Amino acid sequence: MRYVRYTAPVVILLLLIFLFYRGLALDPREVPSPLVGKAAPAFELPLLEPEGQSLTPKALGGRPVLVNFFASWCAGCQVEHPLLMELSKQGVEIVGMDYKDEPADVRRWLQRHGNPYRQVAIDRVGQAGLDWGVYGVPETYVLGPDGTILFKQIGPVTPQAWERDIRPLLVGVR
Amino acid sequence: MIPELGHFALWLALAVGLVQAIVPTVGYARRNLRWMSIAGAAAQVQFLLVVVSYLCLSEAFHQNDFSVAYVAANSHSALPLIYRLSAVWGAHEGSLLLWLLMLSGWAFAVSIFNRRLPADISSLVLAALGAVSVGFLLFMLLTSNPFERAFPVPLEGRDLNPLLQDPGLIIHPPMLYMGYVGFSVAFAFAIAALVTGRMDSAWARWARPWTTTAWLFLTMGITLGSWWAYNELGWGGWWFWDPVENASFMPWLVGTALIHSLAVTEKRGLLQSWTLLLSIVAFSLSLLGTFLVRSGVLVSVHAFATDPARGVFILAFLGVVVGGGLLLYAIRAPKLVRQGEMQLASREGLLLFNNVFLVVTAAMVLFGTLFPLLMDALDLGKYSVGPPYFNRMFFLLMAPLAVLVGFAGVVSWKRANLIESFKPLRVLALIAVVLGVALPFLTQGKGSVAASAGAVLSVWVLVTSVQEVWRRVRAKPSLAAGLRSVPRGAWGMTLAHIGLGVWTMGVAFASTFNVEKDVRLGSGQSADIGRYEFRFDGVTHVEGPNFKSDTGHVVVSYRGREIATLNPEKRLYPSQGSVMTEAAVDHNPLRDLYVAMGEPIDKNDANGDWALRLYYKPMMRLVWFGGVLMFFGGILAATDRRYRLAQRAAASIPDGAAAA
Repeated sequence: MRYVRYTAPVVILLLLIFLFYRGLALDPREVPSPLVGKAAPAFELPLLEPEGQSLTPKALGGRPVLVNFFASWCAGCQVEHPLLMELSKQGVEIVGMDYKDEPADVRRWLQRHGNPYRQVAIDRVGQAGLDWGVYGVPETYVLGPDGTILFKQIGPVTPQAWERDIRPLLVGVR
Repeated sequence: MIPELGHFALWLALAVGLVQAIVPTVGYARRNLRWMSIAGAAAQVQFLLVVVSYLCLSEAFHQNDFSVAYVAANSHSALPLIYRLSAVWGAHEGSLLLWLLMLSGWAFAVSIFNRRLPADISSLVLAALGAVSVGFLLFMLLTSNPFERAFPVPLEGRDLNPLLQDPGLIIHPPMLYMGYVGFSVAFAFAIAALVTGRMDSAWARWARPWTTTAWLFLTMGITLGSWWAYNELGWGGWWFWDPVENASFMPWLVGTALIHSLAVTEKRGLLQSWTLLLSIVAFSLSLLGTFLVRSGVLVSVHAFATDPARGVFILAFLGVVVGGGLLLYAIRAPKLVRQGEMQLASREGLLLFNNVFLVVTAAMVLFGTLFPLLMDALDLGKYSVGPPYFNRMFFLLMAPLAVLVGFAGVVSWKRANLIESFKPLRVLALIAVVLGVALPFLTQGKGSVAASAGAVLSVWVLVTSVQEVWRRVRAKPSLAAGLRSVPRGAWGMTLAHIGLGVWTMGVAFASTFNVEKDVRLGSGQSADIGRYEFRFDGVTHVEGPNFKSDTGHVVVSYRGREIATLNPEKRLYPSQGSVMTEAAVDHNPLRDLYVAMGEPIDKNDANGDWALRLYYKPMMRLVWFGGVLMFFGGILAATDRRYRLAQRAAASIPDGAAAA
């Protein structure tokens, strides 16, 4: 019994090391999406501008587009925001899905930081986010012209992710 | 040439480190005093070599030698010299070199100050430090060489991460590393105790000043880090429970527990095996912190470029060093322990409770930090653990600790009557409750349960700490004689405890009465927070050495009287294409007024309306001031003269046992 007490720390350490070893093989940012390769889930959400109109997946089709789930309360969204602004300037089409947020808040947020979005749909209760399999904002989906999800970026879009994962997809289908 | 010299010095340091680790250990096994005494010289030579290497890298930064890949990646010819020199530790490879410099520096200090210790202890301590340095040197030389050349040589460097171009960042990492690495000395002392089987009050007296010194640096490092985040990130926050912050906080908690358990071991000869375990764990958590930052297993704003090969190496290193230490502990510690008598109703009993709370808090932080990784590794999904969990748990665990601090002075060693001990504190408890509950109303004009609870604890810690000194002084005939009679260690403890009280007050108020306002202002317009009026006077464009800045002018008035002009900045660093927010703060002990620039409403018109973030944070300064007081308390405690006496006493003991 006495020896158990003195051996416990070493056992705990071994368990931790095993955990970390597993952890090294995992990417904490990577969440596999079962939706990649499938058609974008249906939704119908009100648009921020013009008020009264709504957005459906049909309206997204025709060209490749980034569907970016974001929110005014989300810190990671501020991180990726300058890059989105830059991309929109380069002509990349980005549709914003304002996740679990108030229109007034997001309007202020866009005013403060700038608006990179072609359209912003309000997913107030997060239903579309649920259907799309959003774990947490920001998440960005790359949609092909036929409305298929080609790629899902978890967390902020980084310049590396843009160069490595996203841009080739857009170039490929254009 | 110079980079190659630095690289070569590292290889030599590795060779010396091997000598430092192996020869004294063999000497100990063979009872050969001459072999053991090599440890000191080896530690000194190794330190010298690492200093040379470090200077070489600094010189490469000084000369803008972009043929060195690390310099090219982290410097720029327009970068001011002071930042070029601090850029040495701005990224992975260089910060390892700094780590190593600290480690060999600590070993150097041990070899100088502990010359008078029994030869077996001092040489084994140095051998253990040598072994750790070998691991680190191998890690650097095999996976992260800062002196690697790059061809073709770039014309210009990619510049230091602008986040790190701040005075806070010049001193924060060295302080933090001094603390992290400093716990290696406590670790080495624990190894020496386990090997020699010598674990008594004298051992505790030797290990204590080293542990306290490491702790005070870590305290300062964390405090500076928090202050830097507050000024530089522009979020108005000062602690985010980010994995890397947690990684520095866990060794601090365990180190604090260690300081207190060492006191018990020194005064009463109790808790030996617990003290040894804490010594090993404190350093393990420092290594774990390094692993977490370097490996990318957790998502963090601090994560440096990640590389799985490095992660595997550090993990193996962690396994060997910590696993070896703990294995030694499992085998040897049961034989070391003398069954002493321990009464819970005594000072050592209360210190045991203190240890339990601190260690459980550290475990709570560890659990919260690793929970996402655990769930991910077990394929149970992706989680993140946020401030609500940490804040609640932290308060629940720290509140009893603050209550305990009050008893530190009045409860006697060995055996005490807790009810009797509490009697002189009754008045103080009453003062704490009354003043604590009233303070939010007196200073903020409104109440809050959380702020009052924090203030009660804070006042309690403050008045009982002062009373403890007062009790000692009163026993002497005159004030001067009384003040002189208080040992330096007791002053240190009192000051550190006062720091805790001050910190508690700051946290309670700054988090409860914090007011945050996002506003859109044109030039000449103003916004109010309470009686403070913030008038925005537009921006001017300023060219910095390696950045362009839109500097805002905000005039703050209190009840119509102008009290401050704040100049928050939005900086663009073209070499990295990144934008930084430099917040501007007007502060006094009672409140901070904090302004951070958002974006211009019209991107192309910097002279138009701007989004601004305004904060009013009462007693914010106290959070860091508390940390500074703990730092100075640590200095006083570590320099108590009885440690010097302890060394002299040790010197007078003949080394017969070791030499025989």
